[in-house]
Parts: sequence; structure tokens; C-alpha cells
Amino acid sequence: MQQLLQQVVSGLADGSVYGSLALALVLIYRATHIINFAQGEMGMFATYVLWALVTHHGMSYWPAFVLVLALAFVGGVGVHTVVIRPLARAPELTIVMATIALLVVLNGLAGWIWGPDEKVVGSPFPNNSWNVGGVLVSEQSVGVIAITLGCVLVLWLFFRFTKVGLALRASAVNPQASRVLGVRVPWMLALGWGLASVLSAISGTMAAASFYVFTPSYMQSVLIYAFAAAVLGGLESPLGAVVGGLALGVTVNLLGHYVGWIGSDLQLPVALAALLAVLLVRPGGLFGRVAVRRV
Amino acid sequence: MRRAVPLAWLAAGAVAIVLLPNVLSDFREFQLAYVGVYFIAVLGLNLLTGYSGQISLGHGGFMMIGAYTTAILSVHHGIRDVWTIPLAAIVAGLVGFAFGFPALRFRGVYLALATFAIPVALIQIAKKFAFTGGGGGMNLTRIVSGNYVYTLTWPIAGGLLVLAWLLVHGRFGRALRAIRESEVAAVSSGVNLALYKSLAFGISAAYAGVAGSLYALAVAYVNPDTFPITLSILLLTGAVVGGLGSLGGVVFGALFIEYVPLYSPNILDGFEKIVPLHLDSKAAGAPAVVYGIILLLVLFLIPSGVAGLLRAASARLERLRGGRTAGAPAAAPPTTEANG
Amino acid sequence: MALLELTDVRAHYGQVRALHGVTLTVEEGEIVALLGANGAGKTTTLRAISAMVAREGTLRFDGRPLGRTAESVARRGITHVPEGRGIFGELTVWENLQMGVYLRRDRRAAQRELAELCDETPWFRDRRGQQAGTLSGGEQQLLALGRARLTKPRLVLLDEPSLGLAPLVVQRFFEVVRRLNAEQGVTVLVVEQNAAIALEASHRAYVLEVGRVALAGPSAELAKDEAVRSSYLGY
Repeated sequence: MQQLLQQVVSGLADGSVYGSLALALVLIYRATHIINFAQGEMGMFATYVLWALVTHHGMSYWPAFVLVLALAFVGGVGVHTVVIRPLARAPELTIVMATIALLVVLNGLAGWIWGPDEKVVGSPFPNNSWNVGGVLVSEQSVGVIAITLGCVLVLWLFFRFTKVGLALRASAVNPQASRVLGVRVPWMLALGWGLASVLSAISGTMAAASFYVFTPSYMQSVLIYAFAAAVLGGLESPLGAVVGGLALGVTVNLLGHYVGWIGSDLQLPVALAALLAVLLVRPGGLFGRVAVRRV
Repeated sequence: MRRAVPLAWLAAGAVAIVLLPNVLSDFREFQLAYVGVYFIAVLGLNLLTGYSGQISLGHGGFMMIGAYTTAILSVHHGIRDVWTIPLAAIVAGLVGFAFGFPALRFRGVYLALATFAIPVALIQIAKKFAFTGGGGGMNLTRIVSGNYVYTLTWPIAGGLLVLAWLLVHGRFGRALRAIRESEVAAVSSGVNLALYKSLAFGISAAYAGVAGSLYALAVAYVNPDTFPITLSILLLTGAVVGGLGSLGGVVFGALFIEYVPLYSPNILDGFEKIVPLHLDSKAAGAPAVVYGIILLLVLFLIPSGVAGLLRAASARLERLRGGRTAGAPAAAPPTTEANG
Repeated sequence: MALLELTDVRAHYGQVRALHGVTLTVEEGEIVALLGANGAGKTTTLRAISAMVAREGTLRFDGRPLGRTAESVARRGITHVPEGRGIFGELTVWENLQMGVYLRRDRRAAQRELAELCDETPWFRDRRGQQAGTLSGGEQQLLALGRARLTKPRLVLLDEPSLGLAPLVVQRFFEVVRRLNAEQGVTVLVVEQNAAIALEASHRAYVLEVGRVALAGPSAELAKDEAVRSSYLGY
């Protein structure tokens, strides 16, 4: 039983990493109807910057973390302005390819600047466990969950209770109507990309803390889990993305631990197979709405 | 549809391919053999993504299936490696065809995501099981020369090109194009959506399977890490750079895939002369940056790829010669009415 | 000087020309109707004013030319209620109304007006948490108009407000419009297919045909003229 709870907690920690990246994907999809394949690499790049700040510039973790979030925001706005906005009227495939090109460039750039060898950024959380009623709960897991879900909460508050947050939501729902009410929609979209980039940075840094070592490609499997979570949630539902991520994290962790033949190697294929199965039954995801298009 | 590469050029290309081995070193022949391999893979991918509009980020996975089929059949079952090629095509084709059915439920980006998962899952599976040689992979029994692979690959490539041309210009191609334009309209004209979409996947995967099989023969080794997700991305990049929906551009895509990453240090050194940035042009990751940026430039400047560029160029040439313009009447004044 | 002046305005959607030179004016405090058959260019005219379509020609508001983006036109005090009402379906009634005060600098006054609006139309408050997409057509129309009022516009552009609504609902809607105009001096340019009700509610009217102004005059006269009614307005 204790084992189970421990696995659930560490599953929630993994899940919050998937969920925050999934939320970033949903944010961008809702605002601009684009799947940003580079979302994971953007988080990876932010993590490398964090590593560089901590290792080469002697900053301590948390100040560097905050700085990296700010830089990630600027980076997200920059990517939208330079790459995405000029392609606004291009066909879907072109835009998909552009985000893929971004993935390739960021991945290569990280390896180029900092080298392809394994890096360690270390965890900002102490390597302890708390004894909660006989269950050993690692501080690391709790820390990851707290930071990630805390930031998600802040973001939720922003969207729900501020004027700009409302304008951003309105721009995603009906850009034309927003424009005629005076909303500078392109700025809102850029803002959306900036916030999504911040979420990616959170996901990337927390993943690096969990995995301990990382290389330029470490976020690619996280991205796939995040896709799965976002799609499970229906791609339009922020809540679905976060809940989907948490659920996926716990499920995959339990499966890997308790089902022998899956182990840790086949977790990803099994998760994907499960996703495929869910989508076959409910193409709009668990939380999503499906536009009926029987043909 | 205006052909990007006139018949004369094709003939010249074929002659060149036949004659080249006489002047090239074995190493160069190897390289050009790889170009042939990529040519076949991109041809298949183009049929799927260019003609039927279904995005696939998983073609590296189908190549992997072809490669492993060849490896397993020739190593474990002693089948002569050349005969494994059609078998590789069939196995990969069947998997692709089977994937076509669940793929029906996914549109656009959802499909891209689903195909993204294929190579990822396959790599994990290959690592896990013994009959695939696990993480260490398998060595093929016969090491071949560059010349051998070259003379094996290019005739197959040529034959598959002719096949692709026949498919595209026949009923199959028309159905695919109809599906790409509007699925609802296609169905109302009697196109069996499920069948054609799955066929497109299957044929396209079979092509990739052949390419993978040839690749395995060339390298004489298969390993789960030989076909990473980056290969699938590279294949799609080649298809886009060559020009989606056009057979004539495929060779340019294949050349891009083989040579741009390879020559990226040279490209960067050349760039260094214009903008001195003191970059380490031979660093890992540099080729990816180079080809990623080139891809972005292509997407911004010539979205219909090299084939589109050639089409536009030949149209302009015809106009200069005073021939009949085949292009759209871009200069004509607006005449029709719109809804008020 | 008229509040809104359009001189020889042309507009096109890509290669297709929709307006061939529209010239009209709207004086402050008026309700002007823009009528015509399907495809005549009525909606396009409004979209040209709001910079939602590529346009050439002279468009002056308060003497100064209109900007090139929809946001800048909105910031001049022109509120456009698009065809289909432009409601944010996934947002709540309350959030839709809040979007109306987006540009307002005077937050206290704006929130006070919002409260007054809710006193007038109690269901705005009672059903504030309801998703706007689940409202009936008539309710959405009232919501759109309420939101438009909150922007404190100099000029309101109404695009086919009667579309898809029952006659009684349309009547009530235009009563609200007329009251707004009479009591608060809001200037209105309304595009309508339903010529009868539009003429009844407006001071002046223009009839568009094939992207140009074919006829203009006081609404009362146009409504009485049998020839005009049968050949241009279809009734």
C-alpha cells in the first residue's frame, strides 16, 4: 500500500511535468489553432539557459529560475512575431513544418552552444523524504508538483480575473469580434505564445530536476506524453490537459511498476496505444467536443 | 498540371545515372546510393502527404520496418538479401495500410501527432525484444560495395518512379487529389474514403520499406537508433523542399537530405566569410541548425519547393519566348461580384 | 460636417471586387439604414468602415481619415456589431459585457453603467454565469447591443440585426435602438435585408445595388414610394 502511494506521488510529479507542457500546447492551439511541435524544445532551451546561469555564472537556482521564466516569455513572443505571424495565412502543413523546423533548430542550437554531452542541473529540492503516516513521500516529487501546479494556478487566476486575461480568451474564441471591440489581437496572440513558453520552461526545468541528467533531446519523450495528455483532454480544454497529464503520469508510472513486461522501456508505446484506443472511441478526447462530420 | 521537370531532363538524368559509376569513386557511389534510398522514401511520402494531404511524421518508422525485415529474413532465415526487398515492401506496406484505418479518425495535426508516435514506439519495441537483436541491433551477413548498392538502388528507384507516375496520373491519383481538396466532396462523388486513404498509407509505407531495406543492405547493420524521429523529420523536410505534390522535385529533396547535413560545415564556413561569428562549424548540432534554417527559408520564400520554383521559372521562360502563358491570370482586373 | 463620410469607397475580397464606389454620409444623431438585395454590398460597406476588408477611397470620421486596422477604428469610437452578433460563445454573459468596457478608461463610470444596464435588462445579472453561446438569438442580439452601448460609441454599425429572429423580437430590438438614439444621441448605421422595419426605424436610407449607391432619401418617403418599394425593396 505504501509502495502504491509512493508510486502515485511520483506519478503525479511526472504527470505535472506532462500537464504543464500539455497546457502550453492547448494554450497555443486555442489561440492560434496551431500545434507547436517545438514546445518541448523551447522548454529544453530554457533549461539549458538555466544550467548555464547556475554552472557558469554562479547564480543560485531560484533567482536563475525566475530570470529564465522571464527570458522564456520574451523568447515565446519573439518566436511568434518572427516565425509564426508572417505565416498566418499559409496552409496548415506549412505552419506545422515551421514549428518542426523550429524544433530542429532549437535542438541543434542547444547541442551546438553547450555540447551534446549529458548535463546535470541538479534539483533545487533537497534529497529527502517525509514520513507521512508510514508512506515515504519524496520532497522532490512534492516540490515539482507544487511549483508546476502553483504556476498553473497563477496562470488560471490571470485568465479568469484580469482584463488582459479576458481579452486573450476573447481573442482565442472570436478574433474578429475582439478586434472590433478594440483588442489588439496580434499582441494577444504574442502574449499567448509568451505565456506558453513560460509553461514550457517550467515543464523543462522540473523535468530536468526529476531526470537528473539531460541532453538536448530529453524533452522529446515528455513532448509525446504532453501531446497524449492534451489530446486526451480534447486539445481545447486547459483543465483536460492538466488533468490528462496528471492521470497519464500516474497511470504510466503504475503500469511500469506493477506490470512486469512493460517495465520502463515500453511505457511510452503502451501509453500511446492507450491513447490511440481512447481516440478511436472518443475522437474528441475525454473532455473535448467533436464537430460531427460523418462521411 | 505543368510538369516541373520536362521529359528531356528526365532522359538526361537517367543517362547521367547510368554513366556516373564510371567516373565516381566507390565512396561517392555509396553517397549517391543513399540519395537513391532517400529518393524512394521521399517519393512514397510525397504520395501520402503531397497528393492525399495526410501529414506523416512517421516514415522513418516504415523505413525501420523494411530494414529490420531484411535483416531478420537474411540473418535468421537465410533468405538472399535482394529477395527480401519485395518482402520488406509488403510488410511495411501492410503495417501502413493497417495504420490507415485508425488514421481515418484523425484529421490534420491530430494525424501528424499520431504518426509522430510510430517511430518512437517502434524504437522502444526494437530495443526490448530479442528477435530484433535488442539494443545492439543486428549485423547483416554480406558487406557490399558502393557500386553494388548504387546499381541495385537506382534501377529500383527508376521503376518505382514510373509506378508512382502511373498511380498519380490514373484513377488513384485523381481520387487522392479529390480527397486532399475536400473530403466531403470526394465522398459525394463516390470515392471510397477509407479505402483510398488506407491505400495511400500502405503504398507510401511500402516505398519507405523498400528504402529501409536498401539502406540496411548498404550499411550491413540495423540498430534501433539508426531510424530516430529526426529521420522522419528529415524525410518530410526533403519532401517539402523538393515540392509536395510534385514528382519532379523529389530528387532535389533526396539530394537535400543526403548532402545538406553533410556539407553544413562548408556552408557555415562560407557564411563565416560574410558574417564573422567565430562559430565552431564542425560542432554537433550545427548540421541540424543549418538544415532547419534552410527549411524555414524554403517555407517562407518558396513554399511549393524546388519543383514550384522550377515551374515558375519555366513559365516565365515561356512568357519571355512569347509562348502561351500557362500561369494564372494574375494581371487581370477583378471582375466578378461578391456577396454584399 | 457629417460624422461619417464615405467617398467613392471601393473594396475587394482578393481578386473579387465587391464595392465599386460607395458615397454616403451619416450625420451625428441620425439613424441611417443601408438597404439592398443580397450581394449588393451592404455588409461589405460596414466591413470597409471597420477595416475588415481591403478598401480604397476616402473614409472620414469626425473629419479625420479612418485607420487601417479594425482595432484603430474601434478606438475612434465606432462599434461594429457584426453579422451573427459577434458574441463570444464560450464566455459567459458577464464576460461578454466586460469585453464591452475593454477600451474604457473611466473604470468606475463604466462599471456603474454596466450596473444600470443590468437594471434595465435584469436577466443580464440573473444569468450572468450562463455561456453566451447557449442564449437564444434574440437574447444574443440584446447582449451584443448592450455590449455595444458599454463601449460608449459615437457610431454603432449594426449588421443584419434581424437575421434569424422572430418578427416580434426584431420589433422590440429596434425599439431599443430608437430609444438609445433618442435618449442618448447614439448615431446608428444599420444594414438590413428587412427593408420595411429598417425604413420604419430610421431617419434616412441608402439603397445599394451592385456595390454602388442607387437611391437615397428620407426613410419615410422611400417607404411611401410604391415604385421604389417594388423595384428596389421587393415589397
